[in-house]
Amino acid sequence: MVRFDDVWLHYDPQGPADDFTPDVLREVSFTIPEGGFRWLTGPSGAGKTSLLKLIYLAAHPSRGRIDILGTDAARISRRDAAFLRRRIGVVYQDFRLLGHLSAFDNVALPMRLARRSEAQIHADVAEILRWVGLAGKLEARPAELSGGEQQRVAIARAVVGRPKLLVADEPTGNLDDEQAERLMMLITALNRLGTTVVVATHNLGLVARYPAPRLDMADGRIMTMDRAHA
Amino acid sequence: MRSGRRGDQLGLRNALSDRLLPVLVAAMSFLAALAIAGTLAAAGLADAWQGDTQAALTVQVPNPQGAAAAGGGSRVGAVLAMLQAAPGVADAELISAAAVNRLLTPWLGTDVAGLALPLPAVITAEWTGSGTAQGLQAELQKISPGTLLASGADWAGRVAALTTSLQACAAAVLLIVALVAAAVVAVATRSGLAQRREAVEIIHGLGALDADIADRFAARAMVLTVSGAIVGALLALPVLLWLAALAAPFAGAARSARPGLPAALWVALPALPLAAAIIGWGTAQITVRGWLRRLA
Repeated sequence: MVRFDDVWLHYDPQGPADDFTPDVLREVSFTIPEGGFRWLTGPSGAGKTSLLKLIYLAAHPSRGRIDILGTDAARISRRDAAFLRRRIGVVYQDFRLLGHLSAFDNVALPMRLARRSEAQIHADVAEILRWVGLAGKLEARPAELSGGEQQRVAIARAVVGRPKLLVADEPTGNLDDEQAERLMMLITALNRLGTTVVVATHNLGLVARYPAPRLDMADGRIMTMDRAHA
Repeated sequence: MRSGRRGDQLGLRNALSDRLLPVLVAAMSFLAALAIAGTLAAAGLADAWQGDTQAALTVQVPNPQGAAAAGGGSRVGAVLAMLQAAPGVADAELISAAAVNRLLTPWLGTDVAGLALPLPAVITAEWTGSGTAQGLQAELQKISPGTLLASGADWAGRVAALTTSLQACAAAVLLIVALVAAAVVAVATRSGLAQRREAVEIIHGLGALDADIADRFAARAMVLTVSGAIVGALLALPVLLWLAALAAPFAGAARSARPGLPAALWVALPALPLAAAIIGWGTAQITVRGWLRRLA
């Protein structure tokens, strides 16, 4: 479950919001039940990425309460926050792959951090990379891959550990229609298996093809909550 | 190939300089070896000097051929007889006039006798009694007023003070070297963090513990500092052997066919890489954990 209760965010923790560091999120409240799926939509600068950062614990709210997978994100220790992050899969808008590692090793990172066995890592990573169509590029480094291929590696890394919560920021931005459909099939399959999913996108066609409740943002606020789940 | 990269997920082999850091640590290790050797040498020389001089007695008898105030005969003869009979005094021996003249030659020239100076007679002896030899002074004054007694213990005290000062200086040098080494490691680690900032943030975002990240930097820093310290200690070895050979006559080892390093130094030199490992590991841990605090 993900719950935001009157959450505010500005990026200067030392002082109040002003003209130079305005609040990027204001009065944000919503609840996503366990196993739920939400589209996060809105124009650029609406605050979608900032909201996602709060969900995957890359930022702290200035005000308000956030519960992630049953844990109060404001009261969690650094150690417990690290363990909580391992239960969250993130697909970043800019992929965030490690350039000195192969596609295989990039995808294996979360499993190695979780101290999984090498046998399990080899089996799971090879399978997920085959699923996203990169079976022949296990040893390729990100610089040797196209933008779409890099995005697929990032997606594989986000889902390889079967996260309880999947957060994706424009995951289909660099994919062709066929790859985008395959990705959405994977995400909906994970969702059916119980993974809570939040996907930020500009692609309203995709939203229309995969109907789900929508959080529509503008100017740092949730403007509408389609199919009211707040 | 995969397993080879697994241990370097942050790409630290390229980020933490593998040239500058070991070179600087090697220089620190070299200086530390010299400082330790200086400390041990000062202690060794002090032991040797104190052992030789602490027991030495020097008695100056002015107007040596004058009549003794007590006991009859010449003043120098009476003093020598008293010393030879005194308990706690051994090997009392009158230094010949020729030997005294030789000792004074650097100040008075080669024809000391020709100057007809009223030189005192000099008697050397060894103090074997307990306590100090100052109790002899009163007895000497009775026999030969104006006779001076100089004890080597006075010099030994000054040598001890000098040795302590030298050792304090060497300890200060060691402390400074350790602090500079820690600063060098901290700067290198911060540079590595700056270069690998994105990788660190990615690993952190994937759920790495602060300890996971700090351990990787610390392990890399430790490898580099240990290798530098080994090189520095090895480079210091021939220099120390050369200095030991130069210092051997002062340490009472002039007759030794092969003057070598003190045994303690053979223990201290291998300890330098160990100390470097502790400094490298600890400094990198503190630096990285402090840096990670800025991440959510």
